[in-house]
Amino acid sequence: MNAISFDTAARKAWMGLLARTSPARLNELLPDLPDHTVLRGPEVGAVMVRGRVGGTGAPFNLGEMTVTRCSVRLADGAVGHAHVQGRDKAHARRAAVLDALLQTPAAADYEAQILMPLRQEETAARALRAAKAAATKVEFFTLVRGEDK
Amino acid sequence: MTPEALLGGFTDAPRQSARAFRAALEAMARPGTLWAVEGAAPPAPLSVAAGVLILTLCDGTTPLHLGPSYDLPVVRDWVTFHTGAPLVAAKDAQFACGTWADLMPVDRFAIGLPDYPDRAATLIVDMPALTIQGPRLTGPGIASATHLSLPDTAAFRANRALFPQGFDTYLTCGSQVAGLPRSTIVEAV
Repeated sequence: MNAISFDTAARKAWMGLLARTSPARLNELLPDLPDHTVLRGPEVGAVMVRGRVGGTGAPFNLGEMTVTRCSVRLADGAVGHAHVQGRDKAHARRAAVLDALLQTPAAADYEAQILMPLRQEETAARALRAAKAAATKVEFFTLVRGEDK
Repeated sequence: MTPEALLGGFTDAPRQSARAFRAALEAMARPGTLWAVEGAAPPAPLSVAAGVLILTLCDGTTPLHLGPSYDLPVVRDWVTFHTGAPLVAAKDAQFACGTWADLMPVDRFAIGLPDYPDRAATLIVDMPALTIQGPRLTGPGIASATHLSLPDTAAFRANRALFPQGFDTYLTCGSQVAGLPRSTIVEAV
C-alpha cells in the first residue's frame, strides 16, 4: 500500500461528509465501484447516542440510532470504513470504498470530483437554512415603567 | 491494525455462521464425532475450526480469554474487529481459546453456579492432532462408547465429577471440531 499523508481530522471530516450525503447523490457521483473485497458487513445495527446536559455535564442516553457499517479493502491494500445512519447497505458500501480511495495516490481526483461538490452543496444547504431561520428573528426589548423611581 | 487482522472473516455470514452453528451443536450433542467447518481464515496460530467457532459463538456480550501463546496483537485485533468480544482474564471468561498447555490449570475457568450451571465457560482447545482413538467416552449422546484423542484424562474426569456444574470443551484441529460436554464420562484405556 502506498502511504499517502492525510491527517486524522481530514479523514474524519470526509467520512462524516460521505455519511451525511444522500445515498442517491453519492450514487450519481460514483456510479461504478472499483474492485474491492468486503472485510465486514455491510451490516445493520444500533448505537446508543449519548448527550451531555445540566450544570455538571453528566452524560445521558439520548436514544438509539440505526446505523449500517461496512469495511472494505481495495486491490492495492487500502482499507476503508464507513458508518452511515439508516439501513442503506449500498450507501455504507459506497462510502467505505470512497474512504479507501481517498487514501490511495488517486485521492486528489476523488477529492475534486466528489468531495468538493458535496462540500459546496452541504455549505449551501446550511446557509439556506440559516437564512430562513434568520428571517424569523425577533428582537425583544423591555419598556421602562414609571413606578421605579 | 495490520491487514491480516482485518481479513479472514466470514464472506457470507448468514449461511456460513448457520452451518458452523449446526456443526457446533452436533459436535456437542454427539461427543466423540468429528465435524468439518469452514469459512474463516484466522491469523496463525488460530486453527480454521477455532476461528470459525469464535466467529460463530462470540460477540460483544461473551468475554473471551486467549491462552498465553494465542495472546498476540494480530489475534487480539482479529477477534476484536470481527466479533467485538471483550478479552479478559481466565476467571471472567465465558469462552477460552488456546492450546491445552495454555489453558492449564483448567480449574481457573467458571464452572457455573448450582442454581445457574449455564454460567460456565466453554474451552476451545487447539490440538496438534485430533482422531477418534484414545480415551473411551460414554454418557448422553453416545449409543455405546466412542473414543477421542483427548489431551488429558484426569482433568476431564475431575470436571465430570462436578456435574451439573463444570466447563464444556471443543477440541479443534485444522478444520475439524469435536465436542466434549461436561456430561461425558471419560475413561483411560
